[in-house]
Amino acid sequence: MSRARAWLTAALAALSLAAGTARAAEVRVLSARVVAPSELRLRFSAPLPRADAENFRLTHAQAPDIPIPVSRVRLADGNRVVLTFEQRLMPAEHYRLELADPPLAHDVRPAAWALLLSVMIAAAFINNFVFTRYLGLCIFFGVSKKRDTAIGMGIVFTLVMIFTAMVSWSLDTFVLRPLQLGFFQILVFIGVVASVVQFLDTMLRKTHPVLHRKWGIYLMLITTNCIILAVPLLNAQASNGPLDSLALAIGSGAGFALALFLMSCARERLEYARVPQPFQGLPIAFALAGLFALAFMGFSGLDFFR
Amino acid sequence: MSTVIHPGPAPGARQLILNGIFAENPVFRLALSLCPAVAVTTTVLNGLLLGVAVLFVQVLSSVTVTLAKRLIHPRVRIPVYTVIIAVWVSAIDMSLAAFAPALYAQVGLYVKLIVAFAIIISRLEVFASRQPLVPTFFDGLGMGLGFLLALLMIGAFRELLGSGSFAGIPLVPGKPLLFFALPAGGFFSIALLMALFNWIERRNQGGRAGPAKSAGGHGV
Repeated sequence: MSRARAWLTAALAALSLAAGTARAAEVRVLSARVVAPSELRLRFSAPLPRADAENFRLTHAQAPDIPIPVSRVRLADGNRVVLTFEQRLMPAEHYRLELADPPLAHDVRPAAWALLLSVMIAAAFINNFVFTRYLGLCIFFGVSKKRDTAIGMGIVFTLVMIFTAMVSWSLDTFVLRPLQLGFFQILVFIGVVASVVQFLDTMLRKTHPVLHRKWGIYLMLITTNCIILAVPLLNAQASNGPLDSLALAIGSGAGFALALFLMSCARERLEYARVPQPFQGLPIAFALAGLFALAFMGFSGLDFFR
Repeated sequence: MSTVIHPGPAPGARQLILNGIFAENPVFRLALSLCPAVAVTTTVLNGLLLGVAVLFVQVLSSVTVTLAKRLIHPRVRIPVYTVIIAVWVSAIDMSLAAFAPALYAQVGLYVKLIVAFAIIISRLEVFASRQPLVPTFFDGLGMGLGFLLALLMIGAFRELLGSGSFAGIPLVPGKPLLFFALPAGGFFSIALLMALFNWIERRNQGGRAGPAKSAGGHGV
């Protein structure tokens, strides 16, 4: 009996010893963070055996064949390593880090909030749907005559945009793609837009009749808007994840609301201006939108994380 | 909407086509479907591609609606029209992607967005659902041609001024006014061309219905 117990203890000790040494030898990447302009801060679970530049190979997720050259490796207290690169790294993009010794691979992903924010800002300012992608112009010129209307439309629009983007994303990811029904995309997305609008209309009429009387009319206009359809299409084209899709929806909704608000402020002033007769009505509104578009070109170099 | 509703007997084919090109030009007169008119007209070829796509979708969906109008219950007509348009847009989208992949890569998103064009559904509503097959076909053809010509005109204007070429063939050395090829230039080009249309109209028609009225009618 005591012999058997001795065997068991010895076996257990050997097992735990083996596991312990294995754990000590195994180096894992605990965290990897891109810090502007060109640093990658790494934290490992154990000290690295080799810390020269040749040990590290970083590639952009979209160009896995082109390594980004490392210019300097700095060891901060034992487990931390700071790599400096010869190129700029973007905190909002995906990279892949590979180590030669120990053989390791790690995906460097941006933090969720950084991704959300950068997509949102890009959609709202840099690629503003109205001023640089020219979408939703019919409604943009139709509703931007008065400031109150523009604000109401902007709010309703952003809400519908978020709803439709999420529903379309789920349908696209969980139904259309697995079943290889990509050619139904347009049909499904326009159906989603129409039913979300109808659903919100019914809900609003039953629960908040006052709000419905004030904003119901905009809901009906939204169905024929191209931005509301463009967001799911862009998401599907880029195979965006749920967070990216949500951020694009919020950003483009906010961008459209901003454009409407700015334009309505300018057009209220335009009422008192003396416009040459051939330019009256839409032509002068187009010229005004052109001026705003020029101003928005100033955002084109903006990158929050550089 | 300043679109005229056609309840009576339809006019002849020639008049219907001219109506679509001049009197009710979708872009310059009705101010409908402006998004693509600004977006894809940096060159003539892009404009041509989208114009042809719209022409086909308009004619095909007009004909489909007029053939099926007895089967469509009036209360569900708008969803049914949307589905019909979406089917034809998908078909055209896939054929363009197959036959003109290089051009399609530039304007692909806008081809898909034809489904939300106000001009197509408004023609179905005011014309195709009331008239027999032959006039509907010519009305669709006229509207499509009007749209195509408007896109070609804006495209030619912007390409000539912006890159000094026509349909990719360089005419002038250098780039005379690069501004017109930029996003903001698109808005200014439309403003100028629309004002030109208004001015011509006012000179031709004299006292009849001023330009401000038709130019102010926004489509949705």
